Amino acid sequence: MIEQAIFYILAAVAVIGTILAITEKHPVHAIMYLVTSLFSMAVIFFLLMAPLVAAFEVILYAGAIMVLFLFVIMMLDLGHPEQGMSPGWQTWWPALLLSTISIVSLVVVIISHRAVMAAPAAALSIREVARHLFQEHGLAVELVSLQLLFALVGALYLGKQPTGKDAK
Amino acid sequence: MTAFSLDILLFALKLALVFFVILTLAAYLVFAERRVLAWVQDRKGPNRVGPCGLLQPLADLIKLLTKEDVVPSAADHWLFYLAPAMAAIPAILIFAVIPFGAPLTIYGRQLPLVVADLNVGLLFFLALSSIAVYGVAIGGWASNSKYSLLGGIRGLAQLISYELSMGLSLVPIVMLSRSFNLTDIVAAQERVPFIVYQPLAFIIFLISITAECKRIPFDLPEAEGELVAGFHTEYSGMRFGLFFVGEYINIIVLGGLATTFFLGGWHGPLLAPVVWFSLKTLAFAFFFIWMRGTLPRLRYDQLMHFGWKVLTPLALVNIVVTGWWLALT
Repeated sequence: MIEQAIFYILAAVAVIGTILAITEKHPVHAIMYLVTSLFSMAVIFFLLMAPLVAAFEVILYAGAIMVLFLFVIMMLDLGHPEQGMSPGWQTWWPALLLSTISIVSLVVVIISHRAVMAAPAAALSIREVARHLFQEHGLAVELVSLQLLFALVGALYLGKQPTGKDAK
Repeated sequence: MTAFSLDILLFALKLALVFFVILTLAAYLVFAERRVLAWVQDRKGPNRVGPCGLLQPLADLIKLLTKEDVVPSAADHWLFYLAPAMAAIPAILIFAVIPFGAPLTIYGRQLPLVVADLNVGLLFFLALSSIAVYGVAIGGWASNSKYSLLGGIRGLAQLISYELSMGLSLVPIVMLSRSFNLTDIVAAQERVPFIVYQPLAFIIFLISITAECKRIPFDLPEAEGELVAGFHTEYSGMRFGLFFVGEYINIIVLGGLATTFFLGGWHGPLLAPVVWFSLKTLAFAFFFIWMRGTLPRLRYDQLMHFGWKVLTPLALVNIVVTGWWLALT
């Protein structure tokens, strides 16, 4: 009963936080709303007996990615973004297409899958998660890590200062 | 009284005790810092309020609470109000996972001396310490002053850089104890504390936590010589006090974590477990104060180079070496 109440409060915070993050014009405020939303998502994961996911949600999303966003926004003075050009319909249609697809699939899932999945009785141990991840899906983990490495090398290449001959 | 309500009562008592002890200790750490620094610099320090100046923290508190709460007119009001809390709360919350004594037995029931015995305790600590960055960054940004902004940006860069080496230096501890749970980590050090096996990891962790609580030689975010007071330049009264207390709570909590990870937690001969834990933690606090009296401040590029080019690679090498060592033995 108490858990349900906590869940609904957190869910409300997450939804309202996300909506405010989208509608807020000021980038720093938008980031703070998004962090609030991610934080309540983490606690929801904790309620679902997945403390590992909850910890990673906070460490990675709220603690690393959003901090980097904040850093970039603080470093680059963006001036008044609300006076920028609003996108025309040519730039809108891919977004509309993708959001239509995701909304339709969400509706299909909700209609076809009526049973609510109950949370497991005991918290999933880290050992178990690690065993599944690195033994059964070892190849996928390696592929993802390679992809991250490519991204890193790409970012290094893009950010490299032109030196010597290249500068001219 | 039913068993359930007794449990709740014991838990509430434990919680109140932890809160009281940490907040009092943080206030007295400020006093201790002023006295020890004075001693290092051959002066007397605050010695007028009460016997030996022992009531000084109380006087400071009254002064801070009665001061005017100034908000710069161009500041972002909400975030300006929120930032000190965002700096202090994660520091207190981290203490929830630190076991500070052997389990007690009261009326035939076990009372573990840890607030929340999470199985992801170590990750909980890393998560909250990454959240603590926001207090510094938002406080600096919302003040709308160039000194504050510079301090906030410096703090942000410093904290996320040293968080990396701090997290990596803890990986060998998890490999040795085979658990993320802090109670298990303490139990694994019953005979030999991990500092014996992992001296390098201990040094990396100690340097990283010094940078995490923004102490000299890593106090770049508030460097007085260049930035007035860095990210809390515009704060006054108890809001400034909250930043200040947050810093000292951080010292206690990070000292407690270093004790838990490397010095065997509450294990120790003769004395009671809680006493051992307090002694080790306060030794770290004294070490931080001593360092402040001794070392000069680093330059900003030195700080960044040291974190990324020395500490992080060293921590990675340490993980590989520990892995080989564990595989071979």
